[in-house]
Amino acid sequence: MDVLVDNFDLFVGGFLGSLRIIAYSLVGSLVLGAILAMMRVSPVAPLRQFGSGYVSVVRNSPLTVMLFFTAFVLPELGFNRPFFQLGVIGLSLYTAAFVCEAIRSGINAVPDGQAEAARAIGLTFSQSLGSVVMPQALRTVVPPLGSVVIAMMKNSAIVGAFGVGGDLYSVGSRLTSAQGFAALPVLTGVLLGYLAITLPTAAILSRIEEKVAIVR
Amino acid sequence: MSAPPSVLYDAPGPKALRRHRVIAVVSVLVFVLLAALAAVRLNSTGQFEADRWAPLYWPGDDSFPSVWNQIRIGIQNTLLAAALAIVFSLILGTVLTTLRLLLGRYSRLPLVLVAEVLRGAPVVILIFFAARVLPQFGVNLSQLWYLVIGLTAYNFVVIGEILRAGVAALPRGQREAGLAIGLTPRQAVLLIQMPQSFRLMLPALISQLVVIVKDTSLAAVVLIGPQELLNTGRRIEGFLDNPLQTYMLIAILYIIINSLLGRLAVFTEDRLSRARGQGSGDDDAAVPAGRSGADAPAGTT
Repeated sequence: MDVLVDNFDLFVGGFLGSLRIIAYSLVGSLVLGAILAMMRVSPVAPLRQFGSGYVSVVRNSPLTVMLFFTAFVLPELGFNRPFFQLGVIGLSLYTAAFVCEAIRSGINAVPDGQAEAARAIGLTFSQSLGSVVMPQALRTVVPPLGSVVIAMMKNSAIVGAFGVGGDLYSVGSRLTSAQGFAALPVLTGVLLGYLAITLPTAAILSRIEEKVAIVR
Repeated sequence: MSAPPSVLYDAPGPKALRRHRVIAVVSVLVFVLLAALAAVRLNSTGQFEADRWAPLYWPGDDSFPSVWNQIRIGIQNTLLAAALAIVFSLILGTVLTTLRLLLGRYSRLPLVLVAEVLRGAPVVILIFFAARVLPQFGVNLSQLWYLVIGLTAYNFVVIGEILRAGVAALPRGQREAGLAIGLTPRQAVLLIQMPQSFRLMLPALISQLVVIVKDTSLAAVVLIGPQELLNTGRRIEGFLDNPLQTYMLIAILYIIINSLLGRLAVFTEDRLSRARGQGSGDDDAAVPAGRSGADAPAGTT
């Protein structure tokens, strides 16, 4: 277990590196996912088809393949960026499809009667959307969106496995292969690092869920 | 194609229809423009050259037979790893859920703890763990087995959760009726609750198989050697020097395999809901509630 103590600053650095991947990908995937979700529920057919095409392609192919595309194919096309950026782009593009599905399921979960009732009492489109439909949709979205976010945090390890460097996975990989430390303590440290990210997030999310829960 | 019924907007009138048409035309133009820009970029980097594509689709090409032979082996190994992982996960997941149902609140705590740790860990780390830690304890297996072990370590917990959700969704009376006719609690779990949970959760279990198939590709970044589909693609691409074309083919193969599985999940869902006498004519049949709920957390990995 000395490895953990001796290389503590390495682990902390890896932890922060992972958080950096996660933070950028979180923003990227939420923005992209929201745009895709808008496309998928819009009344304009081509936008809808693009959205559903994107989602079904991305959902059925592995994140690893997506990362192979962003990391190995994009540079081939003259898009040369640091590996970190390419990894974040891949993770965001992938997660966006799942964010889109979570948001869409939330909007679909609002009963038709709610919008009809809003129209019946004379609310305009934006009023009914803003104060009746969306507030309910957003609450329903919290649990599925939360699982998507947690899965994304775990997937950041795959970005690390691509050799981004400086995240938890690469710290573990370097200590065990290049420096030859015993794998068990090192990887336990890596695992604890990831749990330190996912478990508090899960706890926060379930708090939010409780707060916004509505009785149907 | 008309817009699906939505709570977000009314049926459009003539003015709105005109506006929608304008937006449709503009968005199609934008898509075409983007595709054209991409095509120009692809062309200028020589991606349309015939020798980058021919080995993948033209049977007369010299490399064609060996490329497709490798892909065949890759698909076999991917499916083999996925099949082994799902079988082990189902067995262990069933054991886990059964124990969780039978043990008391305190004696099941260690089990819950292990489950939570495995579920909170990235699969890729678990595969890495298996490949690095097991050899240090003298367990030397082929790389494919490390993949299977890593996948199983994560997925048996997920499957356990799915089965537990299935048991929780059963009417209370099922268990009570079992106990009333004199079954022991263990018999009630094994003979009444678990079998029904399997049946109820079959679509979610199939969806989890999609996740497992996708995750077999992690072998390509973590392990050295097992020739599953993605690693095969990597090898072919290294040989033919055409990453775009090869990875495109690999992606298409994954998409075919997984959408077939996805379709199977929807099909079983339909069959089950019809068997329960709910009919599949209602709107919910298109997006089965159980499936979309169950694969949301899992389907993302």
